[in-house]
Amino acid sequence: MPSTPRTLLDKIWDNHVVFTPPGELPLVYVDRHLVHEVTSPQAFEGLRLAGRRVRRPEATFATPDHNVPTSDRRLPIADPVSKQQIDTLRANCQEFGVRLFDLDDVDQGIVHVIGPELGITQPGMTIVCGDSHTATHGALGALAFGIGTSEVEHVLATQTLRQGKPKSLEVRVDGTLPPGVTAKDIVLYLIGKLSTEGGVGHVIEYTGECIRSLGMEQRMTVCNMSIEAGARAGMIAPDAVTFDYLRGRDYAPKDFDAAVAAWEKLPSDPGAVYDRVEIFRAADVVPQVTWGTNPAQVTGVDAVVPDAVSFADPNDRSSAARALEYMGLEGGTRIVDIPLDRVFIGSCTNSRIEDLRAAASVVRGYRVASTVRAMVVPGSGRVKRQAEQEGLDRVFREAGFDWREAGCSMCLGMNPDTLAPRERCASTSNRNFEGRQGKGGRTHLVSPAMAAAAAVSGHFVDIRDWQYK
Amino acid sequence: MQSFTTHSGIVAPLDRANVDTDQIIPKQFLKRIERTGFGQYLFFDWRFLPDGSANPEFELNQPPAAGASILLARRNFGCGSSREHAPWALADYGFRAVIAPTFADIFFNNCFQNGMVPIRLDEADVDELFRRATAAAAAGGQYSLRVDLQACTVSDDAGFTRSFAVDPFRRQCLLEGHDDIDLSLRHADKITAWEADRGLPALSG
Repeated sequence: MPSTPRTLLDKIWDNHVVFTPPGELPLVYVDRHLVHEVTSPQAFEGLRLAGRRVRRPEATFATPDHNVPTSDRRLPIADPVSKQQIDTLRANCQEFGVRLFDLDDVDQGIVHVIGPELGITQPGMTIVCGDSHTATHGALGALAFGIGTSEVEHVLATQTLRQGKPKSLEVRVDGTLPPGVTAKDIVLYLIGKLSTEGGVGHVIEYTGECIRSLGMEQRMTVCNMSIEAGARAGMIAPDAVTFDYLRGRDYAPKDFDAAVAAWEKLPSDPGAVYDRVEIFRAADVVPQVTWGTNPAQVTGVDAVVPDAVSFADPNDRSSAARALEYMGLEGGTRIVDIPLDRVFIGSCTNSRIEDLRAAASVVRGYRVASTVRAMVVPGSGRVKRQAEQEGLDRVFREAGFDWREAGCSMCLGMNPDTLAPRERCASTSNRNFEGRQGKGGRTHLVSPAMAAAAAVSGHFVDIRDWQYK
Repeated sequence: MQSFTTHSGIVAPLDRANVDTDQIIPKQFLKRIERTGFGQYLFFDWRFLPDGSANPEFELNQPPAAGASILLARRNFGCGSSREHAPWALADYGFRAVIAPTFADIFFNNCFQNGMVPIRLDEADVDELFRRATAAAAAGGQYSLRVDLQACTVSDDAGFTRSFAVDPFRRQCLLEGHDDIDLSLRHADKITAWEADRGLPALSG
């Protein structure tokens, strides 16, 4: 045991380096590999062509999520190319012996929702997936990050990754969360301050009183968007909140108390040194709304859309000018004066039961504005079932929301759920890139409560002023 | 994997920061189950007008970029989604190298798996390359660079030469066209011993 104080990242890293061949990058062991239909077919095909097997099928879990329809599951999939990709995942899982949570399974859902929900995600683990939002799982104190398809194939074949050790970045948020401000607002605010590339080459560890006070699902929202600040992974030290969340879940360790005893040793030691530290105050955060075409182009709901000329950096200025043109916005427009056509509540950022409860509590007793089409897409079959048991589906339906089946849906619009050109959407997802939700579509990222209030009002409103019924 | 030693080619300047992988290859083309054929969809929403014709305002459709094999861009190139379809599309279109001040981590790694070199240069050097490319275009010509992975240099024939840093292992794999998985499986005994030592994390359920 090294005697120098170590960070959470140091400890997980040290625990997983199998071997560093001379002159090569280390082989880092992967505890859990999550697989979905879009980034895996070429990897399985590569295995087949080389005559290789999946090294640890029991550590590999698959589900279709990205392009699945969110309409009636009893109907056949209309898009033949989507259907082929989902059929291919099914065939590959069968051939290689990988556990698949298929479309008719209550455990199907967005891969980053079902991992924690089933207890597949655990503290101290290394977890990878061919998806950049794999950082979500870091909320439970795991080192989790997205990889490309060639790396998916490498993990399938070797259960390891070739990986240099990333740098550590402590992002500390001091103080308590102001009323009406959520985990989504914190992370959007942090991305705005850190920039879209502030975390490149780093793993973020979120610390501080504000982060510690968050529930498990809120922590997932924060870690989920680490990649939007450029960090491949975000993590939060495991504590009683984590252990309480995991206890009793399907894939949680059988000897849970022994596992907890080991997990309690994971948090960064006092005096551990990070490569970089950034400190923020929760009191400075107000509900956030993005105005541009990357998640760092964000401001408070009480502010105005900035002018491109207000940016000193020439890259930022030209990006802002392009973004405002694409978004059809003028500098100086009050955020609360931006009208909306669509509202999307869902995605691996904000589709868990607490997100749906937060949105439903805003909507209860109201109707969706006549100018708005709104939809709720639960993150998993279990979230949907739980919401229905709590009557949340009725709250949404009675208000005029569509209530859908689980999947990634309009976060990236690979399935039929897309924006039309120039449609403007308040979305609880993670990316406002050009065309992300549909070619020409205009995305504003917000929290579930802010999205729900916008659906009712037809434009953004400050959730801190909301009259709950 | 295709190896890379040296490459000389025409530079396509793409004067934009934060080019995300959703722009490089839009989601509607991710449903294919092959690794090949993505070049026709590269930068699709920027490259083509709604009627399917080439957008004359997009940089890659303009004469200075005709036949280009080296892409020059601004900060944080390849951010966003981990989709390896982005480097597949760039490589299939004919790019062998991308030069930018910074890259997103996942995209950067993905390039090496596809015989393509991501080259980080200082912002001032990237500015200089944009100036030289713009000057060549203004004179009705094209701008070319030579990438030498053996020497880790980028140079033109008018006095510009810069070194770039690349991880020695990634460099060696590219130079020799190694299959990463083959290399790792040479250490399968080490992985097996490591797993046995740990007793494997218990898998239940």
